[in-house]
Amino acid sequence: MQKLSTRHLLGIKDLTPDDIELIMATAQEFKEVINRPIKKVPSLRDVTIANVFFENSTRTRLSFELAEKRLSADTLSFSAAGSSVKKGETLLDTVNNILAMKVDMIVMRHASPGAPHFLSKHIKANIVNAGDGTHEHPTQALLDSFSMRERLGDLAGKKIAIIGDILHSRVALSNIFALKKQGAEITLCGPSTLIPRHITDLGVKVSHDVKQTLAWCDVANVLRIQLERQHIKYFPSLREYSLYYGINKKMLDQLDKEIVLMHPGPINRGVELSSDAADSHHSIILDQVENGVAVRMAVLYLLAAQN
Amino acid sequence: MQRKLILSSPLLEITISRLCQELIETHQDFTNTVILGLQPRGIFFAQKIQKELQQIIGKNIPMGQLDATFYRDDFRRREPLKPNATKIPFLVEGKKVILIDDVLATGRMVRAALDAMTAFGRPEKVELCVLIDRIYNRDLPIKPDYIGKKVNTIATEKVLVEWQEQGHESDRIWLITR
Repeated sequence: MQKLSTRHLLGIKDLTPDDIELIMATAQEFKEVINRPIKKVPSLRDVTIANVFFENSTRTRLSFELAEKRLSADTLSFSAAGSSVKKGETLLDTVNNILAMKVDMIVMRHASPGAPHFLSKHIKANIVNAGDGTHEHPTQALLDSFSMRERLGDLAGKKIAIIGDILHSRVALSNIFALKKQGAEITLCGPSTLIPRHITDLGVKVSHDVKQTLAWCDVANVLRIQLERQHIKYFPSLREYSLYYGINKKMLDQLDKEIVLMHPGPINRGVELSSDAADSHHSIILDQVENGVAVRMAVLYLLAAQN
Repeated sequence: MQRKLILSSPLLEITISRLCQELIETHQDFTNTVILGLQPRGIFFAQKIQKELQQIIGKNIPMGQLDATFYRDDFRRREPLKPNATKIPFLVEGKKVILIDDVLATGRMVRAALDAMTAFGRPEKVELCVLIDRIYNRDLPIKPDYIGKKVNTIATEKVLVEWQEQGHESDRIWLITR
């Protein structure tokens, strides 16, 4: 059968459209698996996977751990807090020490963009990027695409809006690459200070009017304001941001069309999304979380098969 | 490469009728018995068995499709296999199950399927029905209960199954020699 064109999942940028199709088709079968009475398959029973997290995470980490367990892999978890990283150990040393314990795959989150790419040049194990700073978060983009396809079918020609803090968002960049490769149209929407310069070179449109954007799109993928990455003021206040760019249920109901509302989590309720919108029938936020496990199972399965 | 026809379309129909009679001898009216076709090609054979059985018995016989790709023992040892859909619209718990596949050779796929099936419950009894049994090819102690045709093959020979459902002009089974 087809194989992935890469040994690592560092970013969506490196994937071919065929790779994306293969991951989607495999994830479809894994979704059926995780809805069985017994949700586990023995595929990766001789594979050891280390989850190396240098940055905080709830969903991604739990989702990867669960995906690994459902595939019967042996897992170990590492978080920078409480480790020897605090004593000054370098990234490469830390990872090489983990690999010395005969680990086959590394799932890594790191605050520095490009950290997994650097690692991939120095070690033999397969690497899955679970988010590198403001650069890419490939599995999130894949599960977003999977969730959109469940609702809309083929994404070619579909209109997708990504709304919020685009500048600091790895989810936005990975989504742009993934959606472009599937032929979707993309509009980014947010205050001009939070839209990266030259982003239109990637073939996306930019808008600063959230109502117009909602009227245009089939899917609105809403992103969190990443205050932890904002070291200067990008907008006057959260209240003002919420007033101009926040989405509530009334806005969605006035659209007079079906719209799919997504959010990669964690949600800041009352800022980018009001509670009534996040919990409305438009929202597929919890489907995204369920699909995350299936998509990550597919990625781990396909990468493990490369050996 | 040489091709030899082992089963032509009319002969295949007779074989299927015979297998159905054998199945009815054991399972009578198929209360509490279900059919599981193995992906990818066993399902076409299973559908034919199901259709014929339903005509004879005159009632619906539940059939599922089982894919054992994730349960194979050769993962990471050969090219990966593409998974296919598993659709089992019933619980296997307490049922008599007839596993159906087109060709039985090493028995590894059947072993994987037995493993995969346990994710849907504990069956009361499992039987194996195959169209072609490549005797002397077995790697595992697995023996079919119902056999369409026994074929004695060597390593360089291959059994090719063509189903109309897959776009072939008629249902035929070939023996290919390389």
